[in-house]
Amino acid sequence: MPEIHNQLGSNGPGRLQSLTLVPHKGGLGTKDFKSDQEVRWCPGCGDYAILAAFQAFLPELEVPRENVVVVSGIGCSSRLPYYVSSYGMHSIHGRAPAIASGLAASRQDLSVWVITGDGDALSIGGNHLIHALRRNVNIKILLFNNRIYGLTKGQYSPTSEQGKVTKSTPYGSLDYPFNPVSLALGAEASFVARSVDSDRKHLQSVLRAAADHRGSALIEIFQNCPIFNDDAFAPIKEPNAPGLIRLEHGSPIRYGPDGSMGLTYGPYGTLTPVEAASVPESELVVHDATRTDPSYAFALSRLDSFDFAHTPIGVFRSVERPAYDDLMAAQLDQARATGAGDLAKLLSGNDTWEVD
Amino acid sequence: MTKQVQELDHVIIRFAGDSGDGMQLTGDRFTQETAVFGNDLSTLPNFPAEIRAPQGTLPGVSSFQLHFADHDILTPGDAPDVLVAMNPAALKANLKDLPLGGDLIVNTDEFTKRNLVKVDYAKNPLEDGSLDGYKLHPVPLTSLTVKSLEDQSISRKDAERAKNMFALGLLSWLYGRPSEGTLSFLEAKFGKKPEIYKANVTAFQAGWNYGETTEDFSVRYEVKPAPIKPGKYRNITGNTALAYGLIAAGELSKLPLFLGSYPITPASDILHELAKHKKFGIRTFQAEDEISAASSALGAAFGGALAVTTTSGPGMLLKAETVGLAVSVELPLLIVDVQRAGPSTGMPTKTEQADLLMALYGRNGESPVPVIAAATPSDCFFAAIEAARIAITYRTPVILLSDGYLANGSEPWRIPEVSSLPDLSAEFDFAGPADKPADGDFLPFKRDPRTLARPWAIPGTPGLEHRVGGIEKADGAGTISYDPDNHDLMVRTRQAKIDGIAASIPPLEVDDPSGQAKVLVLGWGSTYGSIGAAVRRTRREGHAVAQAHLRHMNPFPANLGDVLRRYDKVIVPEINLGQLALLLRGKFLVDVISYNRVNGLPFRAAELAEAIEEVLAHA
Repeated sequence: MPEIHNQLGSNGPGRLQSLTLVPHKGGLGTKDFKSDQEVRWCPGCGDYAILAAFQAFLPELEVPRENVVVVSGIGCSSRLPYYVSSYGMHSIHGRAPAIASGLAASRQDLSVWVITGDGDALSIGGNHLIHALRRNVNIKILLFNNRIYGLTKGQYSPTSEQGKVTKSTPYGSLDYPFNPVSLALGAEASFVARSVDSDRKHLQSVLRAAADHRGSALIEIFQNCPIFNDDAFAPIKEPNAPGLIRLEHGSPIRYGPDGSMGLTYGPYGTLTPVEAASVPESELVVHDATRTDPSYAFALSRLDSFDFAHTPIGVFRSVERPAYDDLMAAQLDQARATGAGDLAKLLSGNDTWEVD
Repeated sequence: MTKQVQELDHVIIRFAGDSGDGMQLTGDRFTQETAVFGNDLSTLPNFPAEIRAPQGTLPGVSSFQLHFADHDILTPGDAPDVLVAMNPAALKANLKDLPLGGDLIVNTDEFTKRNLVKVDYAKNPLEDGSLDGYKLHPVPLTSLTVKSLEDQSISRKDAERAKNMFALGLLSWLYGRPSEGTLSFLEAKFGKKPEIYKANVTAFQAGWNYGETTEDFSVRYEVKPAPIKPGKYRNITGNTALAYGLIAAGELSKLPLFLGSYPITPASDILHELAKHKKFGIRTFQAEDEISAASSALGAAFGGALAVTTTSGPGMLLKAETVGLAVSVELPLLIVDVQRAGPSTGMPTKTEQADLLMALYGRNGESPVPVIAAATPSDCFFAAIEAARIAITYRTPVILLSDGYLANGSEPWRIPEVSSLPDLSAEFDFAGPADKPADGDFLPFKRDPRTLARPWAIPGTPGLEHRVGGIEKADGAGTISYDPDNHDLMVRTRQAKIDGIAASIPPLEVDDPSGQAKVLVLGWGSTYGSIGAAVRRTRREGHAVAQAHLRHMNPFPANLGDVLRRYDKVIVPEINLGQLALLLRGKFLVDVISYNRVNGLPFRAAELAEAIEEVLAHA
């Protein structure tokens, strides 16, 4: 029986924060994380690009692949674990965050990744998502948001725009959509980011930041479904898309043609897009993902709209908060500081009597 | 004054009061005193689901029945010999169960006009002669308690609250119970509030002294200790025993214990108990819902934990999909269902055995799961260890059925030596790097030919990286497969694995002292005590009747069919509408006779004995 508790790795400087208890192993390449299974998404699906970016990123973690676990729910995106040659579980619709929480809370020597979609994470699994985020279990959740149900062939999803005409809503959908970043922030997430399937460099930078965060991380990835919701994100996929706001911690927020747009603080904690030249430099917002209060990150998330006039990507929020699994391990350590449990003593209890 | 002492072989006492009157605590303490004294005993707590139902009303009545004897007993008793009624509601709700001539102790202070009106008593039953048929002991419990505390600096409200200790003191005197345990219990409970501690002790002693001095109680009773097997004993409830069984299974298997649970009556106490024992390295995860409770446990099982989820019927519905995934990925997972009256919310604090078919069949597809049922409160300990053995040996989810009666009921337990418990670590091995063939890939669904279990290859093991999921898997390789023949093979193999467990379980034993019985009474689960008591009664009447009790509900013991066919008639008593009976008829083509009562309570031995005699008369 392998000694699962003695495989803790070097807790040295330079390790990504989520991996300080995971064994160290360098020298792996992208091919080490490719399984022999034939990838079976539709031609042109954004999932291919995300898978490729993820597989090329994993070696950067410098952990042995046997210590990487990818857990998914149900849906097109949730097929991903089959294509990564680590340990993996393709589980139940919506339940991946719960399964991953149990695994991560009991095995701190693992790097645990959750792959989910907008229906999986926000509809049937909404409850598990928000509770995993508030607990701050050390898991990284990649939410592939294509704003449609793909595997069941094209019904509207909880992120589809209101009025969406689909097979299940021939007269237009009535539901008002979720904004996944706003939802995650409301659920007390300590790390929330967004990226785009087609921008590998940006996606990997966000994955790296998530891996460097100890606790739960939610990464919304805009992902194109060429069959049922093609070009849903087209306006921000053009070169120099005018509405795309690239958040960089510590840098002034500038976007639009030649960076002509910026943000200022508006009333009630809102953020207002402005012509940068129209206000003094000092009034323009400088991005700070580490603010303890989530109001600013929330205001950023509210800039979104379905016309992509002002759509931030990058790390919205990254704050330190004790991770659930660390707290759980600390309670066990504290209880055992005065010695391990004694079964015979437990069974006897305090109120016993002898019969001769 | 010297009191007469009368010897009795058994007594059944029922304490009844408002749910805020502390009846469960009073019953627990009396039970503990009785256990220490050495009587055999059995208890039946019965309380409303509401935490504080409206005061003084019938729905707010909480009771605790205790049967103790100088011989081995099996049930909490059908009807009380003594009823303690703390208010008119408690009297009204319980009087029908007290046989004429029974002792009736009432707290007269609570029989006010207002309280009588609340429960529709037109006249005061203490005065209208309606209780003439009973041995009535009117005791002003509240005012006597307050009076005994008048020189203490506590509020009148706190003084009144100590009246249950006065009652306990009186009953402890009446039956000669040792009081040291109660005094040290009060110290532990109220030690940090010295004035409350002192008030409770004073009230207890006042009750004891009242019994000794008042002329109303002229007789004191004695129930001698029962001759039981030598050893060290304690009293234990089913939920505590079950929690201890899980802890023991963790220690015996050398696996870290992980519990995912969501609070639900009557299972929550298992979560509470396990949460206390972090010294054993136990991780308890109070999940956001029943689904996550089961799912988190399955995640922990994938990581190599002894994973458990605990719930009651309504939670079982929500866990069904996780159990199905555990069947498909073939990982060990213990699911504990402390059954309660259903359907839907049903009666959360009342007992029932109606989840059996759900446990066996409540999932989509062919989804076989082993099912174990505990027979008595202390048996929950051994049933939990057995459920863990099957789960880790065969890499399968296992459903362990308890119920509300076992969960809260208690009995003396001869504490087992740890060395006598099975070494579960010998039953399995994690797969290691050597399990990867030199010339090919690791095969996560290559089975052990003896058990048909697949390898338990946990993350962190180099070379065994693999993916599992709910999609059908190719035999051996475990990769996705939609091949028709492969699916048929996998469906049959999963079934064969569960059926094969029968080889590891003991044959069903039949108790038939005369060897002449033509009628068998076959039960399962918590009816063990009532059936045993009913069978004894029948035998005392001179009849030959056999008894057998099932612990393994799936698979059944290999000899069950033979046993059934050996008897002319088989009676199957169940607290449901005939679920085991349906299984027996379907599987063995034996026309068993179903006996059913579904009233939220254990069977009464007398009723059951009557039903058995009825069958015997026509056998």
